[in-house]
Amino acid sequence: MTGNLLSLAIWLPILAGLVVLAIGGGQRSNIARWGSLLGALASFLVTIPLYTGFDVLNGGMQFVELKPWIETYNINYSLGVDGISVWFVLLNSFTTLMVILAGWQVIEQRVSVYNAAFLIMSGLINGAFAAQDAILFYCFFEAMLIPMYLIIGIWGGPNRVYASFKFFLYTLLGSLLTLVAFIYLHYQSNGSFAVADFAGLHLTLKEQSLLLVAFFFAFAVKVPMWPVHTWLPDAHVEAPTGGSMVLAAITLKLGAYGFLRFALPIAPDACREYAWVFVLFSLIAVVYIGMVALVQTDMKKLVAYSSISHMGFVTLGFFMMGGLNHNELNSWAVEGAIAQMISHGFVSAAMFFCIGVMYDRVHSRKIADYGGVANKMPIFAAFFMLFAMANSGLPGTSGFSGEFLVILGAVQVNFWYAVAGATTLIFGAAYTLWMYKRVIFGDVGNHHVEELKDVNAREFLVLAVLAVTVLGMGLYPKLFVDLMHVSVNDLIWHVSQSKLPQ
Amino acid sequence: MTWTSLNAGIAYPEIFLLIAACAILLIDVFVSDAKRGITHGLTLAALAVTGAILYSGYIPQRVTAFSGQFVADPMAAWAKGGILIGVALALIYGRSYAAARQMYRGELYTLTLFATLGMMIMTSAINFLLLYVGLELLSLSLYALVALRRDSANATEAAMKYFVLGALASGMLLYGMSMVYGATGSLDVVIIAQKIATQAANPTLLVFGLVFIVAGIAFKLGAVPFHMWVPDVYQGAPTPIAQLIGTAPKLAAFAFVMRLLAEALGLAGIDLSQIRQQPMLLPSWSSMLMVLAVASLVIGNLAAIAQTNIKRMFAYSTISHMGFLLLGILVANEVGYSASFFYAFTYVLTAAAGFGMVQLLSREGFEADTIDAFKGLAKRSPWFAFMMLMVLFSMAGIPVFVGFFAKLSVLQALLNHAVLVPGVDGAGIDIDHSGLVWVAVVAVLMSLVGAFYYLRVVKVMFFDEPTDTAPISACWDVRIILSLNCLLLLALGLVPGYLLAKLGEAVKLSSLVLF
Repeated sequence: MTGNLLSLAIWLPILAGLVVLAIGGGQRSNIARWGSLLGALASFLVTIPLYTGFDVLNGGMQFVELKPWIETYNINYSLGVDGISVWFVLLNSFTTLMVILAGWQVIEQRVSVYNAAFLIMSGLINGAFAAQDAILFYCFFEAMLIPMYLIIGIWGGPNRVYASFKFFLYTLLGSLLTLVAFIYLHYQSNGSFAVADFAGLHLTLKEQSLLLVAFFFAFAVKVPMWPVHTWLPDAHVEAPTGGSMVLAAITLKLGAYGFLRFALPIAPDACREYAWVFVLFSLIAVVYIGMVALVQTDMKKLVAYSSISHMGFVTLGFFMMGGLNHNELNSWAVEGAIAQMISHGFVSAAMFFCIGVMYDRVHSRKIADYGGVANKMPIFAAFFMLFAMANSGLPGTSGFSGEFLVILGAVQVNFWYAVAGATTLIFGAAYTLWMYKRVIFGDVGNHHVEELKDVNAREFLVLAVLAVTVLGMGLYPKLFVDLMHVSVNDLIWHVSQSKLPQ
Repeated sequence: MTWTSLNAGIAYPEIFLLIAACAILLIDVFVSDAKRGITHGLTLAALAVTGAILYSGYIPQRVTAFSGQFVADPMAAWAKGGILIGVALALIYGRSYAAARQMYRGELYTLTLFATLGMMIMTSAINFLLLYVGLELLSLSLYALVALRRDSANATEAAMKYFVLGALASGMLLYGMSMVYGATGSLDVVIIAQKIATQAANPTLLVFGLVFIVAGIAFKLGAVPFHMWVPDVYQGAPTPIAQLIGTAPKLAAFAFVMRLLAEALGLAGIDLSQIRQQPMLLPSWSSMLMVLAVASLVIGNLAAIAQTNIKRMFAYSTISHMGFLLLGILVANEVGYSASFFYAFTYVLTAAAGFGMVQLLSREGFEADTIDAFKGLAKRSPWFAFMMLMVLFSMAGIPVFVGFFAKLSVLQALLNHAVLVPGVDGAGIDIDHSGLVWVAVVAVLMSLVGAFYYLRVVKVMFFDEPTDTAPISACWDVRIILSLNCLLLLALGLVPGYLLAKLGEAVKLSSLVLF
C-alpha cells in the first residue's frame, strides 16, 4: 500500500474529477457537489499517511516509485517526496478540499466542470511536487495550466479573457525555455532525465548561467518575482474565489519549489554568482510591491500584491548566501522561507476566501463599497481579523515564524538585507490592517452592508479549519520545521559544493 | 523477366489498391446517387484490405523490387499505414459534408484512391523518375478533387492556384533532378548516393540540383517562402479535401524527403575525408532546411494569429508544423529522422481530428469554417468541446497530449546534435552546431506564439455564449470515430513510448543513413 501512496495522491483526484465530469453534468449539480467533496476528501485522506509514515531522519526521497515510461528517451515515471515537497502535497490536497467547499453555493453554472477542473488540477499539482523525472515534472507543471485557464476564463470576472490568456502565455513562456534546459541536461548526464542525476553534473559557469536564466523564466514567473509578476494581479482579480485560493496557496509555491529542486542544486555556482540579482529582485518585491499594495482600492488586488510581496520574502530566504566564503545557504533563511511558503498557503487561501465571502453577498471587491461590516457579520469579522493579523506577521500566527526565521538568517548574511526585508512587517501590517479597518470597522457604509448576513455553517467550517491551521502553525512551528530539517541540510550541502568541472 | 525475378510481391498493397481503384471506378458507374453508400463502403474496404496486405507482408528490413526501383522497408510500411488511416478518416468525416454539397459522387472516391496510390508510391520509390510519377499522381488527383465542387467559385479559384503553383514546384523539382542526373549520371537513388560517396559527382552541378530539389520539396510541404498556396487552398477547398491535403500527404512528403535528401543526397556537400573522424557532419541541405524551418515557424505562427477563418488558421498552423518537421530532418541522423517521422505521423492524426471537428459542425447550407462557428460549443456539446480542446492543446504542444511528445522528440534531436558535436571547424561546413541550440530556442518561443491562437479557439468554445444553436447533426459513426480519434491523441500522449520506439526502429531498420 505504501508503495503507491504518491500515485494514489496524483491519480485519485484526477479520477474523481473525471467521474464527477461524467455523472454530474446537466442539472445534476448536487451530485457533482457531493461527488467532488467525497473525491477531495478521499484524496486528502490518502495523503495523510505521507505525513505519518514519513521518516524524519531521512533526507533523501521517500515513498519512491519508479517505472519506465518512455524507454526510447529514458523517461521514467519516477515519484518521491522529501521533507520539503511532502508539505506541499499535503497543503495542496487540503486546499482543494477547502476550494470545493468554498464554491459550494457560489458556483451555479457548470458545477461539474468547475469541481472537476479543481480535482484534476489538484492531482496534477501533486504530480509536479512528487515528480523526480524532469519530463514527468514538466508534463504535470504544464498540464495544470489547462484547468486553471478554464477556471479563470469560464467563471472569472468581467476581464477574464484577458487575464486567462495572460496567465497561460506568461507561464508557458517560462516553462518552454526550461524544456530546452532539461533536454540539454539530459545529454550532459548521458541520457538521463532523473532530477537527481542533473544535480550531480559538473557544468561550466557559462552553462550554469544559461540554465539559470531558463529556470528563472520558468519559476520566477510562477512565483512570481518582480519584474515578471504582472500576470498575477490580473489573474487573481478575475479568477473566481476558488481559483484565487489555489493560485495563491499552491501554484505560486510551485515556482519557489522549482528553485529549490532545480535551480539551486543544478546550477549552484551560477546561483552564488548571481545571488545578488535574486536578492535585489526579492527586496524590490518586498518593499516596492508592498507600497503598491498600500494604494490598491480593490481588495483582491491588494491581497494579490501582498502575495507577491510575501513570495519575495521566500525567494529572499533562498538566496541568502552566507558562511565563510559566502558559498553556503543560511539554513535559518531557507527553513524560514519554506515555512513562509506553507504559512502563506494557508493565509492567502483564507484571505481570498474571506474576500469571496463578502463578494458573494455584495458583488463588489472595492474597498470603498464596504465599511462597518463588523456590525453585521461579527463572527466573520473575528475570523478575518485573525487572518489579517497572520498576513501581517503577528507573533503567534503562522505568518510570524517564517518571516522571523528569514530575517534572522538575513542578519547573519548582511545586515542591510535584513533591514530592507524587515520593512515587510511594517508594510504588511500597514496595507492589511488599513484595508481591514476600512472594510470592517466604522459605521455601516451603505445599504448593501446593511443587508449583510453573517457566515453560514459551510463558510464557518472553512474559516474554522483554516483558523486552526494558521494558529497551529504559529504556535507550534516545530511540527512543520522538524520534517524538513534533514532535507534542507541536505540541500544546503548540495548547494555549498562547487559544480564546476574540475 | 518474371513476376518472381521482379520481386513484385512486396508491391502487393499498391497493386491491389490500383485494381481496387479501377474496379470501384467501374462499379460506381452502375450505382445510383441514392446508393452511393456502396461506393463509400467499397472504398473504405479497399483501404482496409490494402492495410491488411501491408500488415501481413511486413518485413523488418529493406527489400527492393522492380530492378531496384521500388523498395519496401519498415519506414515505408509505417508511413503507408499512416497514409491509409489519414485517407480513411478524410472519407469518413467528409461523407455527410460531401453529400450536402453535390460532391457525393464516384469521382470523389476514385480520385482519392488514386491520390492514395500516388502517396504510397512516393514512400516506396527509390528512383527519381518513379518518385516524380508518384508525386504527380498525388498532385493531379488533388487538383481535380479541389475543383470537385465545380460551381463553387472559391473551390475553383483554389484549384487553379494549387495547380499553377504545384506545376511550378513540380517543374523545379524535375529541373533539380535532371541536374543531379547530370552530375551523377543516374536516376537511381542508391547509385546517386554511391557516386557522391566516391566523389564521382560534379559538386557544383550537384549543389545546383540540390537547391532546386529543396525548393520543390519546400513547395510541396508548404514551407516558407514557398507557402503561398497553402492558406488559399485550405480555405477554398471543400473541407474533406482540405483534410485530405492537410493530413496523409504530409507523411508521404516526409518519406519523399527521406528518399531524396537522406538517401540519395545525404552526403552532398560533406567533406568525406573528415567523415571518419566526424561522423555527424551535416550535409549541405541542412542549412537550407534550417532557413526554411525557422522562416516557417516564424511566419506560420505569426500569420495564424490574424486569421478568422479556422481552415486558414489551420493552414498557417500547418506551415509552422512543417517547420518543426524540417527541424528534425535537418539534423540528418537517425535520431532526427525518427523524431520527424513521429511528428508527421502524429500530426496526421491531430490534423484529421481538427478538420473532422470543422465538418462535424458544418451542415447543409452552413460552413463552420470561421472561428466564430465554434462559439459556445461547450454549451452546445460539452463532449465535443472537450474533444476539440484536446486537439488544440495537442497542436499547441501542451502535455500530456501527443503533440507535446512530437515537439519533445524534435527538440531532443536538435539538442542531441548540438551537445554531442559541439562546434565543428575546418570541415568546410557552413553551419555551426551550437547554433542548433538557438534554433531550438526559436522553435519553443514560436510555440508560445502558436499557443495564443489555439487558445483563442478554446476561448471561443468555452468562454463565449453560443450564437448558433442548431443541434449537431452528425451520424453516429462520425461521432464515434471522431471521438476515438481525439482520445487517441490523449492516449498516445499518456503512453507515447510504443509508437516512438516502433517508428524509431523502423527508421533504423530502413538503413536510410549511409554512415
